[in-house]
Order: sequence, then structure tokens, then C-alpha cells
Amino acid sequence: MSEPGVALPLEGVRVLDLTIVWAGPYCTSFLADMGAEVIRIESTQTFPPAPTRGARARPSQEELDRSPYYLAGLPGRVPGDRPWNRTPLFNAHARNKRSMTVDLLRPEGQQVLDRLVEVSDVFVENNPTRTMERLSISYERFRAINPRIIMMRMPAYGNSGPYRDYRGFGLHMDSVVGHTVLRGYADMDASTVTPVLVCDAAGGTHGAFAVLAALNHRERTGEGQLIELPQAEAFIPMLGSHFMDYSMNGRNGGTRGNRHPSAIQGCYPCKGEDRWVVITLYDERDWQRFRAALGEPAWTREAAFADHESRLRNQDALDARIAGWTSARGHVEAMETLQAAGVAAGAVLDQADAYADRQLHERGFFQEAHQEDTGTHLYPGAPYRRSGEFPRFRRGPVRLGEDNEYVYKRLLGYSDDEYARLEANGHIGMDYDESIE
Amino acid sequence: MEALSNVRVLDFTHYVAGPYCTKLLADYGADVLKIERPQAGDPARRLGPFPDDAPHPEKSGLFLHLNTNKRGVTLNLKTREGASIARRLSESADVVVENFRPGVMERLGLGYEALVESNPRLVMVSISNFGQDGPYRDWRGSDAIFYAMGGEMYSTGLDDREPLKMADDVVLYQAGTVGAVAVMGALFAARRSDEAQRVDVSIFETQAGSIDRRMSALIAYQYTGGISGRRPVENTGGYPQGVFPCKDGYVEITGGGIYFPRSVRMLGEPDFLAEERWHAPGAQQDPDLKAEFEEFFYPWVLSRTKREVWVAAQAARVLSAPINTMQDLHADPVFAERGVFAEAEHPVAGHLRYPGRPFLMERTPWSIRAPAPLLGQHTPEVLGELGYTATDAARLKEEGVV
Repeated sequence: MSEPGVALPLEGVRVLDLTIVWAGPYCTSFLADMGAEVIRIESTQTFPPAPTRGARARPSQEELDRSPYYLAGLPGRVPGDRPWNRTPLFNAHARNKRSMTVDLLRPEGQQVLDRLVEVSDVFVENNPTRTMERLSISYERFRAINPRIIMMRMPAYGNSGPYRDYRGFGLHMDSVVGHTVLRGYADMDASTVTPVLVCDAAGGTHGAFAVLAALNHRERTGEGQLIELPQAEAFIPMLGSHFMDYSMNGRNGGTRGNRHPSAIQGCYPCKGEDRWVVITLYDERDWQRFRAALGEPAWTREAAFADHESRLRNQDALDARIAGWTSARGHVEAMETLQAAGVAAGAVLDQADAYADRQLHERGFFQEAHQEDTGTHLYPGAPYRRSGEFPRFRRGPVRLGEDNEYVYKRLLGYSDDEYARLEANGHIGMDYDESIE
Repeated sequence: MEALSNVRVLDFTHYVAGPYCTKLLADYGADVLKIERPQAGDPARRLGPFPDDAPHPEKSGLFLHLNTNKRGVTLNLKTREGASIARRLSESADVVVENFRPGVMERLGLGYEALVESNPRLVMVSISNFGQDGPYRDWRGSDAIFYAMGGEMYSTGLDDREPLKMADDVVLYQAGTVGAVAVMGALFAARRSDEAQRVDVSIFETQAGSIDRRMSALIAYQYTGGISGRRPVENTGGYPQGVFPCKDGYVEITGGGIYFPRSVRMLGEPDFLAEERWHAPGAQQDPDLKAEFEEFFYPWVLSRTKREVWVAAQAARVLSAPINTMQDLHADPVFAERGVFAEAEHPVAGHLRYPGRPFLMERTPWSIRAPAPLLGQHTPEVLGELGYTATDAARLKEEGVV
């Protein structure tokens, strides 16, 4: 990838991307990083379901001020022009992609879609099944136009069956498949559990793998196919040991908080405000290293901590002792001291800490990217390296409708007159219609 | 035909992240040859759950789940002959996956340079704690540590408590899935360029580059300097919003803010909620209104089961979910009917239900063609493929090579 002229793995593969929120867009970001031409199909006439490009097209300053940063941390904390191009939630996955606009609710928009399908290899969507039906989008339709098409659908719970129309974000799927109940505080009830969106990450990553597997099959046979990845279902294998415990023993694991099934593990307070370090001591050897790193204080010789079994049994008392040591140290200092002694420890890094982390910097994990409505910033990169480097950001986070000229004229061969007419009819543009708030 | 039946994988992985990567490949058709240490095998064999909590190397639920559809070979890689057999096996492989500590494969004579010498189009994927280089290269980790450093643990949990991890191993499974994506990308690259490919997956970075809030929170910090932290126990994001107790457990409802009108429908459109004051700007942030709402809402939710609330919410297009246990999941007739669960017969562990396909491929379906291998189950078969006689095999066993 570092040498110019060497093709990227998916160069020449065109992906149509009708995805919303996170799981679908994360899937296509893997494909875009590999060099596929990913074209987001968007509309200036309909704002996508929140929070794909923000909660609303034109949020007020007051709304941004009271929303969490990861949803509403637009540059400078102000809406600016075209806030939909400035939202961190969207810009997290939008590198290396293209964007075109078309109104699929009108027949002439549907004709544009047909022409896109004709020249593409993959179609990815993660919308409610009913939304796709309303737009007459189906594998049967696309296959008739292009038998080699691979269609990837990522509904919440399935494109058929009683849960077909059940709606949900990652946090809801997390609850339905049994994860939420496993990750609270051990001494509090489930009503205090806060959301994680790991189902989006899992669905998007499994989705990219699925498309690549289907491309492998197509390379051999010429056959396209339909893939259905219900995001809730795709997460179930990731709860493997809990699932198998129920299979084998009919047991519902509860939450242990930060504790580990067989190691001493906790999240301990450090010097400073809201600073923490996680420590994991797997066995006797780890304990000896840990004691040495602490300078063998007298309490480590207490009978209650004599062997691994005793330490597990007396972990409340042990935790208090460990916290006594960590509280006198910075979180990064505690991590560095323990790791230098061969003990597994990790500081809880907030976002500023992560940007300052020396491992991420030395490995070149962050990449600079520019976008006209947002400016130039340093972004978290792709989660793997190939041939010595992370997949590069060849383009910054894509703006709504940025590639209309390319898609309509160069790719689909629309004339200047046709283009002007579609523009006048509100299909082509870079701003949401003024009626959209 | 399976989607990956033309892909041959030599698998030096153990524990969770590496084996989940190769499980995905195997379950969709790749021929995966798993190398284990003689006698001890993959350490996951010693981790539970076990039936009746009785440890047995062929009955670990974790191992059985992670190693379906793989062939199992034992090899002592520290012996000259063991390493040489591994090298020969790599010559016919498309992909090698390993998750030893960085440098171990090189010391065994099985590093990238060595393997590529006799297989110039090989894809080699290494999954490690912090990556193959950098100051943390040799650091140790755990799923909680990767989440703490790489993921959004800082903003998970309550603001007056310690940050919280997710359920066991979730972070490691995510790293394995990224590994499978990277394997496929590198395979396409190798085919196109006719060149070997080296892939380096750092579990730490699979969290730092995860869409689960981390990337957004990092970018928001870049854009604004603002830090995303944990929230107070009292939710200020409108109402009804969060996890609520109900008749038989708990239920999540995301019905505040812009979704409030849908929540009114879910509640059967009681007259008082039609009053203007509930729909005026700022109403969702008004603590007095929230308290008044809850006087009505709690009796409503407490008199219903989590499934009843879920159904009512869906009918009104309110985002919601029951807080299910593993029992609820296993008992869910819809998941069962959709074929989400798989069954397999294992010669020692017996008949069990497993997590099934993560996704459906119309033409190239997922299936459990074989349960996880017994320790060394396919050693004779594989030695035979390499041209060893039964006498050779007996000698190798005696010498502790296999």
C-alpha cells in the first residue's frame, strides 16, 4: 500500500451504501479503507434517522450545549454551516467514502438507483425492513438488474419473523441478547446500567467479513448473493462462555462488575480527579511480581493473602490494600510501574490521554484528515495494519452530496442538462431542504 | 459449497481472540488446521464453563464454542522436527494466524520472513496485546485492560463510581472479528499483487478504532477539547429514558426528547399528556414535569412484564428492549425459530446447544460440519498428508514432537 501503483485489496469493487447510524457505516468503512469505491446514497429531502448525521439537520446552540460530546461535539462546539458534515458521530466512519444524493421517494430517483445497481458490486443497508419495503428495495429487484450483486442487509432482529419490525439501537440489542445484565456494578441493580454500543461495532465488523467472504465466493463462481446479518444475532457468539454456561448448566451469569472469573482484577482509584487503573493478577507468579513492584509491603505477607485462593476469597480486603497503593500514584505512573515489573495493568485513558498515548503515536495510529466544513484534524485510524502501515485516509470525512458530479456524470453518464434538471428537482444538492429543521 | 472452501489456514492461536478469528473462517468453510501443544493443548481447554463445573480438557464450553470446524494437530514447536513440520504445513497454507507474544514465532523459526521464503504469497496475521512494535510491545493485558486503555471504559458506568468493563471476553471477540476482516483483505491483496502480506492486529487498537463510542468521543475531543465522562445516576436526557424496573425484571426505554410523542402513544395517550405544557420547548428538561410524569409512568411499567412493555413500545415505534438473561435468550421462541442457535454432538462433551451463525449467506450457508477437535485428533491424518508413515508417527509421538 505504501508504494504508489500497487493496487489496494478492493480497488475496482464498487459498494453502494444506504446505511444509517453506526453498524452499517462501520461495515462500509472497512471496505472503503481497503480501496473499494464506497458511495453513500443520501437524500437532501429527508434527514436520516438520528443520530446518523446528528439529531437534527439544523440543531440550535442550546441543543448542542446540553447533548453529550460524542453526539454533539461539533468543531468549536457550534453548529456552523452544514452541521451535518461536522458531527463526530458521522465523521468517525466517513473517511475514504463518496456521497451522492437522490430522492428515492420519487420515481425518477428510483431510476437513478437502478442505474447505480447496474454498475456496482455490493449493496449494503441497515434500515428498518419496513423502510426498505416502502422504497421497493429488495434483493430480487437488484438481482434482476445485476445478477452478480452482493446484497448485505443488517436489520436489528431479522428481515422476517415476529421481530422483523422491532426497532432498536445497539444498546437495545445489547439488552435483548443478554449482555446488559452481565455488565453492571455487582452491588447495584440493572436500572443503573449505562449504555454501550458494542453491538454496532460487532455488527459492522462481522458485516465487513461477510461481504469479503461473499466477494471471495463470487470471484470463484461469478455468483452474487443475499446476506442477512441481524445485528442482535451477530453479537450472540461474542457472549460465548455465558451462552455455553447456560447450555451446560442452565446457569444465568450475573454481573461481577470489574472482577474476573479466576484472576484478581479491579479498577482502582489513582491520584488526581477521576483517575483509575485496572490491574489483573492471574496467578501466583503475578502476585510475586506485584509484591516486588510495590516494594514488598508488610500487608502482602498477611495470611489472608497467602495464596491465590485466599486472595480471591478475601478480595474486598485486598482491593482496599491495592487501592491504598494506587491512590498515591498517577494512573499512567501506576500502569508504567506495574508493566515494567511484568504485571498486567492499564490506565483508564480518557480521550485526552488516548491522544497523548505514546504507543498509539509511535505506531502511527492517528491520521490527519481535512474536510472543508470541518477543517483539519487528527482522527483515530483503522484497527489493523497491513504490510507495515494502517490503511490510509485517502480522503477526509465525506460531505453530503460531495460526489454528485462524479456519480451522475462520470459514473452514470448523465448529461449536463439532465444533471441540471435533477438539481432543480431537488435530487442533487449539498444542503438539506430548507423545510428540514 | 461454502464461501471460504478454497482457503487453507494454519492456525497457531489459543485462548479467545485468535481462535474466534479462525472460527469465523472455519465456520464459513475454510480448512483450518489448529496447532496445539502436546498434552496441555490450548489453555482455553482449562477455562470453563464445564458441565457441572468439573474441569475436563475436552469439555470446556469456551473451547468447544471457539474451535468448531477446525482440525486439531498437536506439535511441540520447541523441537526441531516439530518446527520443521509446522514450516512444511505453512507451505500449502494461504493464511497463517498466530497470537503468541511478539517475537515468539521468530524464535521458533516460524517468523514471517522464514515462512515467506517457501511460500511467497502467504498471508500472515498476528494478533497481539499491543502490536508487534512500539514501547508497549511486550506489555501484558486482559480484556478489562484493553477496554480501559483503548475503549470507552472511562465513560462507561456512573460518575460517582469506578469505570466499568463489559462482559468477559467481548473485547477479545471484537479483536478476533477485526482479525478475520484483515485476513480477507490481505488475501485479496496477496492475489492481486502476487506478494506475501503481513497483518498486525493490536487488541488495544481494535478498541481505539472501535465505533462503540470511542472514535466519536475521541473526535469530539479533537473538535472541542471536551471530555466525555460517565453520567450521573439521575438521567437528564429527557423522559422516559433509561432502564426501569418492571413486573418480572427490567426494561430499557429510549422514549425521551424527540421520541416523547411516541412514548405518549405507547402509554395509550392519556388525556393529561395531551396538555400543551408537556410538549413545550424545555419540557423534557423540566425536573418537576419529569417527577409528575413518573408518578404516572412507574405504576404503568411496574404492572407489566418486560416483554409486554417491549411489545407496547414497538407498537408505538418507541425504542425499547427487555433486559434479558441468558435464560430469556435461550427460551426466546423467535430466536430459536430463526435458527440462531446450533446443535452439535461432541464425542466427549455430548450433545450441546451452541451460538449459531452470526449472519445468513443465501448461497454459502454457515454450518457446524464438525465439533471442536479432540486434542491431537487429526495428527495421524495430517502427518499422513505430509507423507509420514505410521512408524514415523509412532516415533514422533515417543519423542514428544506430536
